[in-house]
Amino acid sequence: MRADDALARPLFLQPAVLALVMLGGAVGTAARAVLADAFPVSDGAWPWATFGVNVAGSFLLGLLVALVAVRGGRSGAWRLVRPALGAGVLGGFTTYSAFAVEVDRLLGGGSVGLGLAYAGASVVGGVLAAALGVLAGGGVPAPRSGEAGS
Amino acid sequence: MIALIALAGGLGAVLRFVVDGAVARWVRSSVPLGTFVVNLSGSFVLGLVVASTATGSDVRAVVGTGLLGGYTTFSAASVESVLLARAGGARAVTVAALHAAAMLAAGLAAAALGLWAG
Repeated sequence: MRADDALARPLFLQPAVLALVMLGGAVGTAARAVLADAFPVSDGAWPWATFGVNVAGSFLLGLLVALVAVRGGRSGAWRLVRPALGAGVLGGFTTYSAFAVEVDRLLGGGSVGLGLAYAGASVVGGVLAAALGVLAGGGVPAPRSGEAGS
Repeated sequence: MIALIALAGGLGAVLRFVVDGAVARWVRSSVPLGTFVVNLSGSFVLGLVVASTATGSDVRAVVGTGLLGGYTTFSAASVESVLLARAGGARAVTVAALHAAAMLAAGLAAAALGLWAG
């Protein structure tokens, strides 16, 4: 295949980009697994490990998205920063599935108040943390067509 | 075990990147839907896994913590809500709040369905 064929492909079909996402995802997932091991959650208790990684990861992704946007984003090496660190490391670090199952188990296990508080604090805390990250990174310019999340 | 979990997480991240990219490319929407698809399907499958494996088992660690933890993402969901609100004004803030609330409600329902079916 010619090099310009590869460049014409969307990012999500470029092998080199997928390799970076794979590597980043492995690093982020390993970090989360180590934290989950260090702070195990018992039945009916607040899941601190998941809460911590999700709020911290939301802040860091907001910061990253703003920093990349401020630097023009789509040219040269910056084009690879969001896939590697955003989709890869921070996507692997944070988790929605563990969060959703933890909330359901708290609700189903009779800890309804705790489950609702954990759900609300995670979602609101994550959005506020992401907003802080975006602000800290200098903001994100108005959207352009074709822009997608990471 | 941590190496297997990390490898599975890397695969999950690649799967998410491809699903998210494909949805963004082929589904026209003013609200990003790729993260919805990823988080709902991942929460459903994790429900199945948790219901059908023992606490502390290797399968749950590799498939649950690794593959599905790497596949689903909380950070992208949060940042997408913020970007939806960035235009400012009541309408943008409402859309952002609905985006976060819908993701939560659907994610909880998907996980509950998986827990029940498993």
